[in-house]
Amino acid sequence: MGTTLAEKLWRDHLVVKGEDGAPDLIYIDLHMCHEVTSPQAFEGLRLAGRQVRRPDLTIATEDHNTPTLNIDLPIADETSRIQINTLRDNAKEFGVRIHSLGDADQGVVHVVGPQLGLTMPGMTVVCGDSHTSTHGAFGALAFGIGTSEVEHVLATQTLPLKEFKTMAINVNGTLAKGTTAKDVILAVIAKIGTGGGQGYVLEYRGEAIRALSMEARMTVCNMSIEAGARAGLIAPDETTFEYVKGRPHAPEGADWDAAVEYWKTLVTDDDAVFDTEVDLDASELEPFVTWGTNPGQGLPLSATIPSPDDFAEESDRTAAANALTYMGLTPGTPLRDLHIDTVFLGSCTNGRIEDLRAAAAIVAGRSKAPNTRFLVVPGSARVRLQAEAEGLDKVFLDFGAEWRNAGCSMCLGMNPDQLKPQERSASTSNRNFEGRQGKGGRTHLVSPLVAAATAVRGTLSSPDDLEDAPAALV
Amino acid sequence: MEKITTHTGVGVPLRRSNVDTDQIIPAVYLKRVTRTGFEDALFAAWRGDADFVLNQPEYANGSVLVAGPDFGTGSSREHAVWALKDYGFTVVLASRFADIFRGNSGKQGLVTGIVSQENIELLWKMLDAEPGKQITVSLEDRTVTCGELTVPFEIDDYVRWRLMEGLDDISLTLKREEDITAFEATRDAWRPTTLPAKTEPKQQVVAARPAQ
Ligand code: SF4
Repeated sequence: MGTTLAEKLWRDHLVVKGEDGAPDLIYIDLHMCHEVTSPQAFEGLRLAGRQVRRPDLTIATEDHNTPTLNIDLPIADETSRIQINTLRDNAKEFGVRIHSLGDADQGVVHVVGPQLGLTMPGMTVVCGDSHTSTHGAFGALAFGIGTSEVEHVLATQTLPLKEFKTMAINVNGTLAKGTTAKDVILAVIAKIGTGGGQGYVLEYRGEAIRALSMEARMTVCNMSIEAGARAGLIAPDETTFEYVKGRPHAPEGADWDAAVEYWKTLVTDDDAVFDTEVDLDASELEPFVTWGTNPGQGLPLSATIPSPDDFAEESDRTAAANALTYMGLTPGTPLRDLHIDTVFLGSCTNGRIEDLRAAAAIVAGRSKAPNTRFLVVPGSARVRLQAEAEGLDKVFLDFGAEWRNAGCSMCLGMNPDQLKPQERSASTSNRNFEGRQGKGGRTHLVSPLVAAATAVRGTLSSPDDLEDAPAALV
Repeated sequence: MEKITTHTGVGVPLRRSNVDTDQIIPAVYLKRVTRTGFEDALFAAWRGDADFVLNQPEYANGSVLVAGPDFGTGSSREHAVWALKDYGFTVVLASRFADIFRGNSGKQGLVTGIVSQENIELLWKMLDAEPGKQITVSLEDRTVTCGELTVPFEIDDYVRWRLMEGLDDISLTLKREEDITAFEATRDAWRPTTLPAKTEPKQQVVAARPAQ
């Protein structure tokens, strides 16, 4: 019997096989840190008199707390300032490379790794952050860890772990125009549920996945955690190699050839067996949005707000009823009728250059709906610079959007970018939990295309809603 | 982590069940960036009550907490264990613990011994009769002794061994350091390092300003 991609990656990083029920010891190729989950880990090292074993496999960036305005001024919020200064001090003391606010390589940790060419196929990647699953798009085993584990990796460059189960997500067919990777993953989560992936590595396969760009694949893998999974994976192919080649840390010459030769072996064997398989037809998908307070509560944009009675399970009925109350929604209302106060384009899910380009193409030459705010936050400073070089900042500013510095921003509202109570947002981020974007805020997760069209009309919309009458709406 | 074979210290009766991690340490203390100094946060909500057991002078040096069933339920925050340790507790005894709390405790060198509720009641009685009385906990014999009374406790074999050897997860892994070094020697040349840092040409990032 053959092996799955996840099993191959595990095998290739096995330092010690655990015996008698003890966990395996797995080697970590890349450890990324940010200011929120690392302070106690560094403190733990200091208390035990330990060093960072491999500073050359470690990198830090500031993202969760960073302001997106006036980044040259001192950070006003005390907690944020302390966390960021602590990271800077720790990086200095332990010799860890850091990209601070104002640096061209600063940004959301999951945007920065791939952009520098530090994320590659065949690696193990960890970070004290659940959306580390993003890096699985390269065919790397990438997963989030807790603070004790951060300390463990800093001290030993390994982790004691029990092997994950494997699940194949087969996305067949072709995506229709106007549907994106975001719609695929939201549909997957709606199908298997927010707990459906628990304990699994999800391997996304099939024609529709193969056709995606590298950045779109990152969007898919990013939200694996929203299905409860440990990690997401996509086997590397020419698209992957093309993306990595020439990046600052990409191998060169003979190293490149050796790497590609190995990377080509990183596929699930034809006769391998997954613990579970799920099928999805991409051609049936349309733009998908969430209506509730977890990412599994999603529907096609053409649908109406469901009633709790539509659900078979008692627990789902209760969850739906609670979500509707929190979201201030009435069953039967078409999703397209919902007025949106704030549109947020950004985050490690959809804050990359392709996302900005796609949204800019839609808003170019139009004007923003008067009562809707549009916040554009590039995923990294490099993405921002690239967008400015292409003139996208002008397109957004002319449209009426706010153009910001890079960071997590309104994805989790740890900085000043927050929703007010009962404000409704269409957000390209990954979590619509109660209060995630600000206390009492109401989040609808959407793709960048839906975000842009919504900013034009002021109600949840897809680009199709604009096609015939852009001028009339101005 | 320090080796523990036996521990003797003042027993503190906590006559409450279902003490969750929010009660052990409220969420507001999670914003801190330090690993130590959480002693003031332990049971913060109850500390204001003059009658609370930890506010009694006899228990000032308490190090063995004798608690009601289902101790440590709720969120998985590791801070709960740090707070108990920082305050000076080495042992918590209860008839039932939440799994994650017990797992975190074992990793951080806090002994969690399972004692039948019947015996917990006996311990409470003895401590009430003579506040400040000492309790001896022997990991070797798996017994708790308070005056004339000696009762058994349960603890996972693997956790007990680690506590007696004074091994946390990291020290355990470091015992395999040779294996790690040997593995590192086999890593492919193409695998990237973050140092020396490589990047695109440096560019200036202009601060965005609030819209006028
Ligand atoms: S952008 Fe959002 S999801 Fe991504 S790392 Fe930041 S806070 Fe987490």
